[in-house]
Amino acid sequence: MRLKDLPEEELFLQGSAACQGCPGSMALRVAFKALGRNTLLVVIASCISVLQSPFPVSALDLPVLNMAFASGGAVASGISAAVRRLKKRGVFTEEPTVLVWAGDGGTYDIGIQALSGAAERNTNFIYVCYNNEAYSNTGTQRSGATPYAAWTTNTVSGKQEWRKDVAQIMVAHNVPYVATASLAYPMDFYQKMQKAKSIPGTKYIEILAPCPPAWKFPSEATVQVSRLAVQSGLWLLYECENGHTHYTSGTARLIEGRSSAKPVEEYLRMQGRFRHLFSPEKDEKRVGEIQERISGIVESLKFTAKMREHIMDLEIMPRP
Amino acid sequence: MSAKDKRKNVKAEAEIGFVTTISFPSVGSAGQTGSWRIFKPVKNEERCNECLLCWIYCPEACITKKLSINYDYCKGCGICAVECPRNAIQMVKEEKQ
Amino acid sequence: MKIIDTANHAVAYAAKLARVEVVSAYPITPQTQIIEEISRLIDEGIMDCEYIPVESEHSAQAALIGASATGVRVFSATSSHGLAYMHELLHWAAAVRLPIVMVNVNRAMGPGWNIWCDHQDAIAARDTGWIQLYCASHQECVDTLIQAFRIAEDHRVIMPVMVNYDAFVLSHTYMKVEFPEQETVDLFLPELDPMWKLDLDNPMTHGSVIYPDDYEEVRFSMQQAHGNARKVISEAAAEYRVIVGNYHGDLTEEFMTEDAEHIIVAMGSIASEAKMAVKQLREEGLACGVVRIRSYRPFPVEELQRVMRGKRTLVVIDRDCSFGLEGALFSDVKAASYGHSDARAYNLITGLGGRDITYGLLAGAVRAAVEGKAETVRWPALRLNEHHLASKRGVEAAWQGRQKRSAS
Repeated sequence: MRLKDLPEEELFLQGSAACQGCPGSMALRVAFKALGRNTLLVVIASCISVLQSPFPVSALDLPVLNMAFASGGAVASGISAAVRRLKKRGVFTEEPTVLVWAGDGGTYDIGIQALSGAAERNTNFIYVCYNNEAYSNTGTQRSGATPYAAWTTNTVSGKQEWRKDVAQIMVAHNVPYVATASLAYPMDFYQKMQKAKSIPGTKYIEILAPCPPAWKFPSEATVQVSRLAVQSGLWLLYECENGHTHYTSGTARLIEGRSSAKPVEEYLRMQGRFRHLFSPEKDEKRVGEIQERISGIVESLKFTAKMREHIMDLEIMPRP
Repeated sequence: MSAKDKRKNVKAEAEIGFVTTISFPSVGSAGQTGSWRIFKPVKNEERCNECLLCWIYCPEACITKKLSINYDYCKGCGICAVECPRNAIQMVKEEKQ
Repeated sequence: MKIIDTANHAVAYAAKLARVEVVSAYPITPQTQIIEEISRLIDEGIMDCEYIPVESEHSAQAALIGASATGVRVFSATSSHGLAYMHELLHWAAAVRLPIVMVNVNRAMGPGWNIWCDHQDAIAARDTGWIQLYCASHQECVDTLIQAFRIAEDHRVIMPVMVNYDAFVLSHTYMKVEFPEQETVDLFLPELDPMWKLDLDNPMTHGSVIYPDDYEEVRFSMQQAHGNARKVISEAAAEYRVIVGNYHGDLTEEFMTEDAEHIIVAMGSIASEAKMAVKQLREEGLACGVVRIRSYRPFPVEELQRVMRGKRTLVVIDRDCSFGLEGALFSDVKAASYGHSDARAYNLITGLGGRDITYGLLAGAVRAAVEGKAETVRWPALRLNEHHLASKRGVEAAWQGRQKRSAS
């Protein structure tokens, strides 16, 4: 499949209230192309609540229910149950896809309970977390997804803790499908959304969403930053189907040794939120810590991949 | 909704009926967002090999699959110019009237 | 069908009769029997419904909103902390304009885990936009629940309805209940015809950003829906009376008010004690009557204005307290009858956390009010007992110990 095979129809309409270079609208466009019109969309409090534009017009050409911050998984359970009823009654000939779209605040922090509950019930829906690693909509405060050492308005000298990993928490829920994605690899994202659509049960897809105002880089660099996150090994692209993980796209190339990891410093230097790591002088300790952590993960993945060639049947993939 | 429409308010203390926060899909929901632009993407047709990367990367759906740019809504983020592998798009300073 | 059962089991079957299609609920005493019974009815094939065992009340309400927005009839039940935990989404459910129906079994708030009855939980949810109906008998719980769907789904209303009844006094006691036949209920309650829904043929976005220039009308529409609900509640009660045969009152139920000089206003099962008190007081020569509030929101303003005209005394029983003021119902009744009555007004705050209130205690408190010997706001059952004193002594001793240690 190639770019030219993607549908032309736009369900995200031009002239929205999104910022220039917005990763949220970019991700929505690709997701909508993968899912098509037969989709019911729930938008959880986030930038998407705003960028769809104010009452009485909307940039989203789908049936949309905006919902409260902590409710993503649960509202999907309700819609999904109702869809089953209506299918039974013949109102729907083909069951629409239930899509919940939430940010990292609504996923990692306030919404994790509802998400976990829906996943445990194996609610039939796709949950997309567009992860911009902060509460950008409220002016960039730290979230559970904010990486170590990153500036936010309430971690002014850099976050002291490492981020948690909700994709892996979802893997631990034993849901049928978990995947990560990157804006720089739209075909990879598109195919993962399409696969998610075809699988019944709970599907979790997380896409890294570099946010120009929050991460402090120029609007033209959204895709570049996304790509560097993958090329440095900081953001891993994979999918986990029924407990079997395999790495995809840029991350697969990295692990298979077809490309070598770029130094994370290149990624960090592009973003104003890490400026304090390089100015007035380089913070060798913290930059070193970040690089060491990433290299450790990538090396262990490479090692496991090699092991795998020898022990084909053994599932010993480490969690990234 | 135009400013003119907004002025057509209904004095509504009697029966206003069912009014809730329901909106309808619309192109240009945030107005003519092309006016946000400082730099404008200009395509060099000769260099373009129709790889479609600018189409898929455009956050605003302002580059069509047939690769025409809608300047009414293009916000001038510059992603298309940066991502074009053949440098077929240049960002040119807008000339304000 | 006649049975002897708890109100909880009875409303579960009433939800079945209402042809509810999606239930989402989280267990909390004293509501649990409702959802246990519903899952049994579904399991045994008696009820055709999706049951979502959510992981919190916040999620219970979120799931209801999702299901209702998709266009099916929904139901849940909660109580006390559960209602408080879903508070954000109570606002959401009302403003999203969906005909959600939920039972709230009235229970006290913690801390001090107290599973017994008072109305603090629902009173705290008063201004969320939900229609609040209160029941006083098992049969009324069943009939009100079926009526609640009619009221909520009426296109003049489209607001969520909370059916309240008292913990244990009603929820767990066994009483006779008569269920209407399914065909009779179907005649009274037509299939849901949603005012709006997530419609693939007509994509629309619900609940995005709305500016000050547009917002106020949305709230005014909710206020008007409550105004319309006054009429719709009465219509539903009247039609139910014709089709099913039962009647428990419109927005209020009145007891011996016509020739009364003194009026007791109460909500929920305590109204039964108030009626007993009235009988006793009448024997003693005091012309008393009871107004039981069935619909707390919308509030029966006109009914109260009519009843209170020319009356000498008003005594309002509150199973709640609006701390820093008085009983919430007391404030509301006074506000409603303002300018329509010169009655002296008294408030009894009592029966909190399930404290047993006898009709004798109420009769004594009303007599004191009529005779002008009462404070405006009284807690008539109040007394410090040995438990309170022991706890107080312990706290004081610990505090004094800290004082001594910091001095030395």
